Amino acid sequence: MTEADTLLYLDGVTVSFDGFRALNGLSLVLEEGEMRAVIGPNGAGKTTMMDVITGKTRPDTGSVIYQAGTDLTKLDEPAIAALGIGRKFQKPTVFEPQTVWDNLLLALAGDRRPKFSLWARESAAERARIEQILETVRLPEQRHRRAGDLSHGQKQWLEIGMLLAQEPRLLLVDEPVAGMTDAETEQTAELLREINLTRAVVVVEHDMAFVRALGVKVTVLHEGSVLSEGSIDHVSEDPRVIEVYLGR
Amino acid sequence: MFRWLALALLAVLWLAPGPGRAQLADEALTALTSTSFNSIREGVEALAASGHPRAQSIILALQAGKLFLRGDKVLFIKDEDGSVIEAATGAAADVPASALKPVRVNNAVRGAIDAALGALRLFAPDAAARLQAAEAVFRSRDPAALPALQRAMASEPDAKVKRRMEQAHATALLFLPEAKESDRLAAVMTLRARGDIEARSTLGNLTGQTQAVAEAAATAITAIDRNLQLWSLLQSVFYGLSLGSVLLLAAAGLAITFGVMGVINMAHGEMVMIGAYVTFVTQQAMKAYLPGIYQANLLFAIPLAFIVAGLIGIAIERTLIRWLYGRPLETLLATWGLSLVLQQAVRSLFGASNRDVDTPAWMSGATELGSLTLTWNRMYIILFAFLVLAALMAALRYTSLGLRMRAVTQNRQMAAAMGIRTPWIDALTFGLGSGVAGMAGVALSQIDNVSPNLGQNYIIDSFMVVVFGGVGNLWGTTLGALTLGIVNKFLEPVAGAVLGKIVVLILLILFIQRRPRGMFPLKGRAAET
Amino acid sequence: MISHRVTLLTLALVFGGAVLLAVLNQFTPPGSALHVPPYVIALVGKYLCFAMLALAVDLVWGFGGILPLGHAAFFALGGYAMGMYLMRQIGTRGVYGNAMLPDFMVFLGWKALPWYWSGFEWFAFAALMVVLVPAVLALVFGWLAFRSRVTGVYLSIITQALTYALLLAFFRNDMGFGGNNGLTDFKDIVGFPVQADPTRASLLVLSALFLCGQFLLARFVVMSRFGKVLIAVRDTESRTRFLGYRPESYKLVVWVLSAIMAGIGGALYVPQVGIINPSEFSPANSIEAVIWVAVGGRGTLSGAILGAVLVNFGKTWFTSALPELWLFALGALFIGVTLLLPEGVMGLFRARAAKPGTAPEAEAAPAKGMVT
Repeated sequence: MTEADTLLYLDGVTVSFDGFRALNGLSLVLEEGEMRAVIGPNGAGKTTMMDVITGKTRPDTGSVIYQAGTDLTKLDEPAIAALGIGRKFQKPTVFEPQTVWDNLLLALAGDRRPKFSLWARESAAERARIEQILETVRLPEQRHRRAGDLSHGQKQWLEIGMLLAQEPRLLLVDEPVAGMTDAETEQTAELLREINLTRAVVVVEHDMAFVRALGVKVTVLHEGSVLSEGSIDHVSEDPRVIEVYLGR
Repeated sequence: MFRWLALALLAVLWLAPGPGRAQLADEALTALTSTSFNSIREGVEALAASGHPRAQSIILALQAGKLFLRGDKVLFIKDEDGSVIEAATGAAADVPASALKPVRVNNAVRGAIDAALGALRLFAPDAAARLQAAEAVFRSRDPAALPALQRAMASEPDAKVKRRMEQAHATALLFLPEAKESDRLAAVMTLRARGDIEARSTLGNLTGQTQAVAEAAATAITAIDRNLQLWSLLQSVFYGLSLGSVLLLAAAGLAITFGVMGVINMAHGEMVMIGAYVTFVTQQAMKAYLPGIYQANLLFAIPLAFIVAGLIGIAIERTLIRWLYGRPLETLLATWGLSLVLQQAVRSLFGASNRDVDTPAWMSGATELGSLTLTWNRMYIILFAFLVLAALMAALRYTSLGLRMRAVTQNRQMAAAMGIRTPWIDALTFGLGSGVAGMAGVALSQIDNVSPNLGQNYIIDSFMVVVFGGVGNLWGTTLGALTLGIVNKFLEPVAGAVLGKIVVLILLILFIQRRPRGMFPLKGRAAET
Repeated sequence: MISHRVTLLTLALVFGGAVLLAVLNQFTPPGSALHVPPYVIALVGKYLCFAMLALAVDLVWGFGGILPLGHAAFFALGGYAMGMYLMRQIGTRGVYGNAMLPDFMVFLGWKALPWYWSGFEWFAFAALMVVLVPAVLALVFGWLAFRSRVTGVYLSIITQALTYALLLAFFRNDMGFGGNNGLTDFKDIVGFPVQADPTRASLLVLSALFLCGQFLLARFVVMSRFGKVLIAVRDTESRTRFLGYRPESYKLVVWVLSAIMAGIGGALYVPQVGIINPSEFSPANSIEAVIWVAVGGRGTLSGAILGAVLVNFGKTWFTSALPELWLFALGALFIGVTLLLPEGVMGLFRARAAKPGTAPEAEAAPAKGMVT
């Protein structure tokens, strides 16, 4: 592995809340175009890790290097988003009173400044791109519905669609299949693999069947640091992993 | 050296009581019969110093132009109604008016009269009057009062009065041209020990002193300034503590409702106001039915105010607030509306004007501590605020209601899942917060006007306290209240009351930039809802 | 979002109504059944200025999710800027006949005009200040507040602290704004006697024009892509950040714009009521402005105008007919609207107009995401 292939490098990241160490010297390397599944029991620090990468939480120590040398810990959320890192939350977070179309429009890559958005008109290119995403996330029929009126699974997809509209280089996805039906879960796995063709993805998940279906390298977190890393078969045979997680 | 002199004088006076004094008085009276103004002036001074029992009456008569002289050099006092008495004895005398001619005075004599009268009061039977007289002499800086002062000091039984007299003596000595340098230096030290603004001003007005005395005075002024600064600092701290404890009382209930329930209760000030009116009603009722234990009225008002305001609070929560959970901004508007209704209701019931609430005798007055003036009502309010705080903390920590409240604060869903009836806790919490506000009203009725607008005057300040302290815990509220109170009172002398308040508000607006959730925010996942 | 029908109706009612009243006031004889007495003109003019304040509140509250409890401060600042111009126009006609100094300054024994009063003899300068003073205050305050992510009730409370601080400041005589009494006894505005009926009628029509202009501007803003971002910020601020938007810039833009709108409202208010004093800064005024918007319907713009006129009409009626009941009524309005009519009067209209199957309009629901 050369340095040029590294997309994201977490180096000794520590975060504590009131004495509780959510992350404890976490180090992790993600390659360009890779898909990675992150698993771990509750409180292992999965969500905190996402918070640190996206700028929501500043670590006490450690650095997060993105591409060739940008330290994300020095930047805030919008700046990190502008660098091409998109995030999907555990709980689907869409703009409920606005239409599916407008949700995607707001997410489309482009100038984010007020002076632009005041005068912006929808261009043909933007419309085409939204149509394309609607197809990808299987929501073309829903374009004029309020996002808040969508079903839970549809909201999850809309949010993934919004991530795609952002055109990120790295996608962070937090529990995308929580609360989904089996069919929806399968479709979601499909969707993520499709997305992974063009960009790197980090998936945080509890659902082992889903992780297995993705068939990618797995990182197991425990008490804020990496416990084990490798293929799903490798980690599920790791005795430490079995002890803290799978064995229960 | 001066002390030795004074002691010597005292010894002389002590050893030669009656005859010596009597002789002095006779000479003084003789001097008054002289035609020379100079002699008359000396006579006045000598008479005042003589301790003659009628000295004051005679000098007062001279001042009023009622002192007359007969051809045989005997002095008489003639009143406006024409009655004549002998000056030295006070015995009625039958003297034809034609035989009397007035003792004349000029400005020099008048000055001596004033000083003499001041000096004479130094012998008044009442200690307070003597203290006052000593202060008057202190301010007059008149060397003519020295003999009288020395005599008064010698016989003064009250240590405090005596100290004042010594200070007056020191001042007078500094303005006596022929005083010795050593005495002056001792006098400067006496003033320095007094250490207040008067002493400073005396030292600042010294002229024509020797190098050593001037230097000693300058050093003394610096020392006094430092001393004064310290006292004014302490006084500001006291005022600040007092204001802070009032704010603490007003804000503690708010911190509970906001902290536990996330509810901004704009009608909180009206709970305070209701507490004040409960005090008023309690006093009226006790005056009518229980006059014997009227002095204890506040002890009845405090629990009553807690119960009344608390019940109103529970009623508000059940009928209004509970429909608006999760919508803090709407809650704010609805409770504001409620505050208008409550204000108008009280106005309709009790009238718009201020109601008189008595301060019990045991809370009136003040005590002095050095240069500090500590009023009892404020002292009691500070004490009360901390008692309430301690009770609240104990209630939250040790009672099962407190445990449940804390559980609901930390995780409402989880608490509900554990079988805590959160609606019931909400109502009780709101009642508790309102009840504390009611008790704050009892305290406020002692220092502020009881009117329907009472609450409005405190609501913004209470919010500032909560915003400043953060909602997580009562310590934050306490620290916030005391800080704001003290900062306010420190700024007041510098910037004036209004400007001081503006500065505090601006500082707070700036503070919240740095700490958007106050000094003690809730941390961790719980805060990120 | 805000339909053309509602827009046109709003414009027609505001502008048409004002022109009609002005014409009936000017061109019918006082005895006539159709004559509109001058006090009605002044009253309606006042309502329209309040409507501008309401519009400003709706813009930040309805669309930006910022509940402002101090917006009357911007209104009052605009009013003071206009009042200073009007004071300078009095000239030697004051009680003391001083050409340079307003009466209250002569009374206080001031010798010269404070520096910050210079320039206000020119209308253009005063007009610039009407815009600039609220804008700069809003810019500084907003920049500080939004940058540090002060939101929700905390933000509301510090807006209240802001207007409270200004209230205290303007009460001080040394501030040079007439202290307790404020600025009053105006004579002329751009050469016309301010008390005269034709001037009042013109001011009414002018207020209507400005209100319509502000309404269209606000509508443009909220219906642009900017508006969509703003609504997204209102509902789910953190999500917009992860999309790469800077919520603080959006809030700041709309906050400053709103302050300017309120300032203009205040500037038109002062010549029509003939006085501006510190009580305009009182926190109660700002909170009342919020209830106008709530009554009309938050996040609808037209509703803000409707609410301002309705509530103030009610206030005028109550305070003359049943003065002791006004606070009960106002309090009940606050409680009733938040509990029973969260979408305001416009919500009622919409509920009747909504056909089954159509999605409710986007900004209708006071979004749950508002919760901080």
